[in-house]
Amino acid sequence: MTEIIDLVLLAMLAITALSVIFIKDLFTVVMLFGIYSFLSALIFVNLDAVDVAFTEASVGAGISTVLMLGTLALTGRKEKSSSRQTILPLLVVCVTGAALIYGTLDMPPFGDPNNPAQQHVAPRYINDSPREIGLPNMVTSVLASYRGFDTLGETAVVFAAAIGVLSLLGLPKQDRTLIQSGLKSHLVLRVVAKMIIPLIVLFALYVQFHGDYGPGGGFQAGVIAAAALILYALVFGLSVATHVVPPKVLKILAALGVLIYAGTGVVSLFLSANFLDYSVLASNPVAGQHIGIIAIELGVGITVFAAMLSIFYAFAGQAERKNIQ
Amino acid sequence: MLILAATCIAMLSVMALALARALKADTAYDRILGVNMFGTKTALFIALLGFLNGRPDFLDIAIVYALINFIGMIAVLRFFEYTAVDDDQNQKEQ
Amino acid sequence: MLEIISSALLILGAFFSLTGAVGLFKFPDFFTRVHAASVTDSIATILIILGLMLRSDFDLVLVKLLFILVFMLITGPAAAHALAKSARHGGLLTLAETRGNKKESED
Repeated sequence: MTEIIDLVLLAMLAITALSVIFIKDLFTVVMLFGIYSFLSALIFVNLDAVDVAFTEASVGAGISTVLMLGTLALTGRKEKSSSRQTILPLLVVCVTGAALIYGTLDMPPFGDPNNPAQQHVAPRYINDSPREIGLPNMVTSVLASYRGFDTLGETAVVFAAAIGVLSLLGLPKQDRTLIQSGLKSHLVLRVVAKMIIPLIVLFALYVQFHGDYGPGGGFQAGVIAAAALILYALVFGLSVATHVVPPKVLKILAALGVLIYAGTGVVSLFLSANFLDYSVLASNPVAGQHIGIIAIELGVGITVFAAMLSIFYAFAGQAERKNIQ
Repeated sequence: MLILAATCIAMLSVMALALARALKADTAYDRILGVNMFGTKTALFIALLGFLNGRPDFLDIAIVYALINFIGMIAVLRFFEYTAVDDDQNQKEQ
Repeated sequence: MLEIISSALLILGAFFSLTGAVGLFKFPDFFTRVHAASVTDSIATILIILGLMLRSDFDLVLVKLLFILVFMLITGPAAAHALAKSARHGGLLTLAETRGNKKESED
């Protein structure tokens, strides 16, 4: 059954990818990218990788689509048709693809638990994680504790991306007046949005703190909370949204998250253990691990929320500057 | 089990049809309709997959899907209200 | 007993969503297609999620399914309404109006 589902989903994915290449209308391409992201998340769900599917759904289909539409509002909708010959690049791609496929013929069977890649680190984590860390969701324990340094790098990368976008585009200033732009005439939508946005923020908090027991964690929670505020800005207008979450606060929050994360590591240093070794944060090592994981997930969530929202503010601020409604 | 598998296959065919609608559409609004239908069917499909594989923890992802589908739709509509009307008429002439 | 009711609900839900997808192609005008898509979306959501609810015990899974149901019932029709209203503001005409315009220009 899973093979049939996999085949159908991959076929739809291939069709979507091919049509993205050949369609010249960029708006359609953005819609198709949304479908592409939905399909990839479905394939991840079918492969039992629930956390990855979570992140792909929220970032790929939600934030990416919104940001690409924001870009389309500033540039045009038609792609310039290229007049160059494409025979030589096509040949190069085909030869490289054939070489890669020939290379995969030697690989071990897909998903076999006796593969050499599964014999070194995975058994140690699976056997020792319940005893050393004691969380039901083993993905969180690997991400936050065993590979905590990598996750610190990820958070720093998100922060750097936000800094990059802000230095290029700049944040909109908080307006003195409250211009009600947005979907002025859609009364039904405004009422529904007002009802739903608090529930979405609540759901984001649930995902943040439930990440130890089920799929979720800091990254997904930050993206969902940012999506709630993006919905508010889309329906009620950017200047109203900048009164709810001012851009200055976002700048501070983005840095605060990374500071919390690295700070937890430094606290472990002061308690005479390695950097990011949470076992010394409490008298009982397992309790120390729990405290450390909660602290760093909080840091990741805060940084991701602030970064996503400030990137959206930067894009939307450019659009509003071009056409004040 | 069998009924769940049959419903999954029905959902997959609905999703394929919605994808076809998003690819071959008269106006831009038809495409948005196709993507919206694709999104809601995907959320239901994940719930069904969760029950088929015996892991109902997947329901969190179904909630996120329904949410993201809605927010994407609102973003698209905002985009349409923002850009001028003549873009759409150019689209219809093709 | 519950198994039979749940299976019946699932089959009905799948049937309705299939008719909605077919209607997406067969209907002549955009506004009628919105009608097909959103109405069948709502009814298929209700039936399938009710069918799944009957298959699970009374625990957190049931509450999450209820949450999904309430959320999709609130946002689905709102999104369809917003789409149709936006198309109307964008100048899309219904089939009757297009035929009326063509008849006027032919006279």
